[in-house]
Amino acid sequence: MSVVAARPRSRGLLLSKVGWSALAWLISIAFFFPVLWMALEGLKTEPQAASIPPTILFVPTLAQFSEVLSRDFPPYLINSAMATFGSTLLVLILGLPAAYALSIRPVKRSRDVLFFLISTRFLPFAASLVPLYILARNLHLLDNIFALVIIYTTINLPLGIWLLRSFMLELPHELVEAARVDGASMRHELIRIVLPLITPGIAATSLICLIFAWNEFFYAVNFTSSVAATSPIFLVGFISGRGLFYAKLAAAATLASLPVLLAGWFAQKQLIRGLTMGAVK
Amino acid sequence: MARMTIRPPTDAALASGGVRVRPGASAARWDSWLRRLPLLPALIYVILVTQIPFVLTLFYSLQDWNLLRPEPARFAGLQNYTAVMSDPSIRIAIWNTIVLTVCAVAISVVFGIGIALLLNREIFGKGLLRTLMIGPFLVMPTAAALMWKDTLLNPLTGLVNYVLKPIGLGNMDWINQFPMASIVGIEVWRWTPFMMLIVLAGLQSQNQEVLEAARVDGARPAQMFRYITLPFIRPFVELGALLGSLFIVQSFDVIFMTTQGGPGQATTNLPFLLYLVAFQGFDIGKASAIGVIAVILTMIVATFALRTLFTIFHVEARR
Repeated sequence: MSVVAARPRSRGLLLSKVGWSALAWLISIAFFFPVLWMALEGLKTEPQAASIPPTILFVPTLAQFSEVLSRDFPPYLINSAMATFGSTLLVLILGLPAAYALSIRPVKRSRDVLFFLISTRFLPFAASLVPLYILARNLHLLDNIFALVIIYTTINLPLGIWLLRSFMLELPHELVEAARVDGASMRHELIRIVLPLITPGIAATSLICLIFAWNEFFYAVNFTSSVAATSPIFLVGFISGRGLFYAKLAAAATLASLPVLLAGWFAQKQLIRGLTMGAVK
Repeated sequence: MARMTIRPPTDAALASGGVRVRPGASAARWDSWLRRLPLLPALIYVILVTQIPFVLTLFYSLQDWNLLRPEPARFAGLQNYTAVMSDPSIRIAIWNTIVLTVCAVAISVVFGIGIALLLNREIFGKGLLRTLMIGPFLVMPTAAALMWKDTLLNPLTGLVNYVLKPIGLGNMDWINQFPMASIVGIEVWRWTPFMMLIVLAGLQSQNQEVLEAARVDGARPAQMFRYITLPFIRPFVELGALLGSLFIVQSFDVIFMTTQGGPGQATTNLPFLLYLVAFQGFDIGKASAIGVIAVILTMIVATFALRTLFTIFHVEARR
């Protein structure tokens, strides 16, 4: 191929790359825009946030963020953190041995157990909602973080077990086998050999638990009122929407979204694997 | 690299992974109990929190019991079921659930495939664009729903009307005039990134040599997509659609934050109807009957869905 002939072709390639890039940028920014707008609204003053037409150019202020944080929002964030970390810890404590018993030293009918577990994740919450509510009421666990920890553990445990299992299945067989020849007990095998090798799996599981527990709304709104209310419940207070507190709402919404947003961005590889219960790597 | 590798253990895996079976039935039984031991806490936990409550739901559904009334619960036979079934609101809620789920999943799958194909090309800033794209999925749904309602779709101050004003659509009250379409739109915005992520992972695991060979043989891009790429990403698309529908069927937060099921019952889906009966009416018997009906409907759909899931998780690394 001569040089003269090659040049137009590479120029055409570059042009098509520029064109496709422009389209991709346009669409991605359109999808991301509401997220960006949420943060921008939080940086405005209240009159700017509710102005007609919308304020596009403005001098950002952190006033709304500091006001939301200095007043009543922090207890909600702390409740969210407690429910999330408590349930994530429980998922790992219950899920790691279970995943081990479904992968490295599998029980009989492992497959049935796996499908039973995942079927409970997708059972409508209608199935158990009323009895759980009555039980929580009788045990005085309404408006108590403990009830949310129990429920979030139930939501995340099946996903956690599937996910941890998918990581355990990838461990080199010889490694576990060698420990077994040395006469390691099951507990020793799990804690000393398996656990250190599946830290990526533990990270992926924690990320998925974080996303679902932190953002959970249905149980939070029905099982808590004031003492144990989590951060999405704080946002419910803005529902009446009289047009006076858009900037404060946006600041609170941004703060409430930030932990999951950052965690998901930093762990994108874990995210896709976790969301598909380990099926897609 | 994306691969689908989860598979239920085969007999061979069971045999090779296990302790050598010692002679003697009691030793074997001891061994199988020892294996079950680590599984039991999780299994008992799940049964306690999901299965036993469901049995209680069945029991409550036969009771006439309202927490707002002083009388104690009493046996009511199938009265709750006849009351629920003769009330048109459950049919409306079932229909709304179907419309919302089917529309939101179908549209986000199509968008997801399109955007994944785009982000799989040679473009500038691929990683950054992927990062931007997953933003909507990660934002707290309650927060996003309120932002859509108050600052984007707001008839007076909303940005959408401001942008659409030049083409004469500047005075729309989107959420009140098109409640279901608005909810579907917000759900599509949220779930498209999810579908895109799964399909993109599939595309990135595609064998480039096969595509190159097809190109050399003179296949046109459309043909390559239709006969090579599409069959390859099909299991990924199915997985995304399945997981997406299982989540969207249960959607509650967006409806609660934007329309509260209204206007009228235009956006009341099953979870929201259950919320109204259980936590606004405190009618334990009726709420339980709705719960049982929801479970039966889910089981009908799930036998189909779980079979799909089953085949998906059987898919071996294709490369």
